[in-house]
Formats: sequence, C-alpha cells, structure tokens
Amino acid sequence: MPTFVYMTRCDGCGECVDICPSDIMHIDKKLRRAYNIEPNMCWECYSCVKACPHQAIDVRGYADFAPLGHSVRVIRDEEKGTIAWRIKFRNGKKDMELLAPITTKPWGSATPKLADVPAPSKEMRDSQLLFNEPKYIRMDDGGLHTLQSNGLEIKKGVQY
Amino acid sequence: MFTSNPFATLSGVISPEMMQGYIVLMVLLVMGGTILDMIHKKSAKYFFENAKKAQKSAKREVSGGEKVAMATSVLVKEVLTSGEFSNPRRRLSHLLTMWGTILFIVTTASMIFSPESTSTLLPQLWHIGALMLAVGGYWFWFAIRVDVSAEGLPWFRFERADLFILSLLATATFALAWSFTGGGLSVLFALFILSSTVLFGGVYWSKFAHMFFKPAAAFQKRVIMADGGRENLPPDYDLTDPEVQRKFPDVPMYMGKNPPNMGLCIKAERAKHY
Repeated sequence: MPTFVYMTRCDGCGECVDICPSDIMHIDKKLRRAYNIEPNMCWECYSCVKACPHQAIDVRGYADFAPLGHSVRVIRDEEKGTIAWRIKFRNGKKDMELLAPITTKPWGSATPKLADVPAPSKEMRDSQLLFNEPKYIRMDDGGLHTLQSNGLEIKKGVQY
Repeated sequence: MFTSNPFATLSGVISPEMMQGYIVLMVLLVMGGTILDMIHKKSAKYFFENAKKAQKSAKREVSGGEKVAMATSVLVKEVLTSGEFSNPRRRLSHLLTMWGTILFIVTTASMIFSPESTSTLLPQLWHIGALMLAVGGYWFWFAIRVDVSAEGLPWFRFERADLFILSLLATATFALAWSFTGGGLSVLFALFILSSTVLFGGVYWSKFAHMFFKPAAAFQKRVIMADGGRENLPPDYDLTDPEVQRKFPDVPMYMGKNPPNMGLCIKAERAKHY
C-alpha cells in the first residue's frame, strides 16, 4: 500500500522525509510539499503516515486487501500513548474502529539505565546470555524452556 | 534615519504619480498571477471536488452559526497567527516574515500615496516591517527551510520555487540598504525595484498564491472534522470514557483507567536526522 500525500493538508514540514526508512519521501521542488518519489519501493511501514502532524499522508490499498474505494487511516497520538485505526470498506457499510496502547509508561521513562547497573562479572561476560536475557526467557529457572521440558507435545493435524 | 521617509528623497527625480502607478501595476500583477496560478494548478476545482466528496461521508449538517464560528477561528488561528504550522520555530519565522511583509507593503503604499505626510510613524513602521521580514526570512532560508532542515541540502542550493522567498529577502535587504545609505536614485534603489518587481511579477511561478488558498483549505478541514466525516480518520478518543474502555479493553488493562500524558516521543525531537 504505497503512500501518497494530500497536497492541501501538507505544510512541507519534513517529518516524513526525516522518518522514511526507504528515503523515498521527499519535498517537491516546485510545490514544496512532500511526495512519495518511488511508490514501488514503499514497504508500507506507515512511519510517515503516523509521523505526519496533519494526517496529510494516506495509503492506497492493494486490490486483494482493500479494493478501490476503501480507506485505512490512522492517528498515532503520542501524548495519549495510543494508536487508533479506522478501516472503511468500499461498500461504506463496514466501518471498523480500532484503538490500542503503544506505550504504558511516559516516553523515555523506561529506557534501561545501564550506567546504574553493576558492571558484569567475568562469568557473565563469558556467558552466552545477553543483558537481561534470563529475566525474560527464564534461563535461570531450569535452562531453556521447551515443550518437552514443560510436559507438552505437538498435536498432529490442524487444531482450532 | 528610522524616522525619515526614504521615498521623499526621490521627490525631485521621480514624480509621485509614477511611483503610485508602479504600486497599482504591482497590485495588478499580483491579482493576475494569482488567477493564472489557480487556473493552472486547478486549485479551486480540486478544492470544490474534494469538498463534495467529503460531504458524502458527513454524519450531520453543520449549521450556519457553526460555520461562522469556524471562519472566525480560521481567521484567528490560521490566518493571523499561522497556527497551521506544528513546528513552533517555523511558525515564529512565518509570523515574522508575514507580518513584516504586510507592514512593509502597507507603509510603502501609504508613504507613496501621501507624499506630503510628515508623519515619522510610517517610516518607523516601514523599517520595522523590513527588519522583521529580513529576520524571519533569513532564519527560514538558512535554518528552517525543509531542504536544509530535513533534506540535508546546503543553504545555497535553490530551485524555481524559491523565487518567492529569495525575491522577498532581496526586496527587504535592498530596501533597508537603500534607506541606510541615504536614499535617492542609486544602484541600491534599482536593485530594490528590480527585486520587488520580480516578487510581485513572479507570482505565477512562486507560491505567493498560497495565501489565498490555504485559509479556504483550513476552513474546509474544520467543516469536515465537525460534520463527523473526519476524512475517514478515527475519532479523537477520550481514554477515561468508560464506553471507550469497554469497547477497547486493552486500554484500561495495560494503561489503567486514567492514563497519564505520555509526553511527546518523536515530536520532542526536530526532524533533523538525515
């Protein structure tokens, strides 16, 4: 779903140019508004759509996902810490709204304070584990957890 | 120097009628350029087609009173205080440039159309206007312009679209230099007239006409947001609303029933990571 820009909404601020990981959002040389210079190379990450302060960037859907006339729009509200989607089907009847948290703590407050953590011992340095790894995969609690170690097994066939 | 009318130094060389004729010609050039630009870009056609399309997804009718309130709000926020810019530096630079230009043009016309006036206020405002324009304009050109701030291009690289800002800056710079060197018929005066002619005569090739189109687009956006269509954007949810929490249980589950303000995240940084 390559992006495109509503020229009347864009104020040429450059947020999309700055954030685009493919470097394909640029400012038009004559109109001084953003545009997608190479839609084929757009990997549809939605970064520019979410970063645009004026919701001036939209996406064109592929026919198999959302035929012409549909709409998939998003607002990433940083201060609220949520992302809201609205997906409207081309028949105009199915109008879905989604809202999900994108952070549970104020931005920047959960950054690991590595300077405050004690320096790793030689044993830790020689270990194959990464920082904080045991905490999440519980390597300190009986090694790597597998289906077998938990007394589980894969059932054959498709399970619903 | 700030209190003397620089155009008075031309009284013996150029007649007031000639200067007035030049002002009228510039006004006609701006009008003609704007109309041609709107015809060429089909801005008005696009605007009305888009408004018609947006009306189809409207959920309610916006009353006349509401429209008047919206128009007032557009006038105060978008037109007078450049509220459409989300970047505060850009907004300040635009305000300086816009109000400086208005002050400069209005006082120029006032001084030329009333050559007998001995008021010291008009020349002071003329100089202040030119200075505001120069400060806001040079700040924009060297640091804020998107080519420099986001595209990473050097400040000296320019395109045809920069005709407007460059001729505007040249007009203010040469006007101030002309006034500070005592006025009269000089090379600086010729450069001042040349740059102002390019500024007003180049409307068709510059973005000068945006000032007529942007307020209409801002008004239309407000109408779309008020009539429920919202350009198909999701609603502006109140996370503390029990109905919203019931509909989207992930929100109270992970964020609590009264989520705090999470701050600005990427908006806290300037778009300057090239």
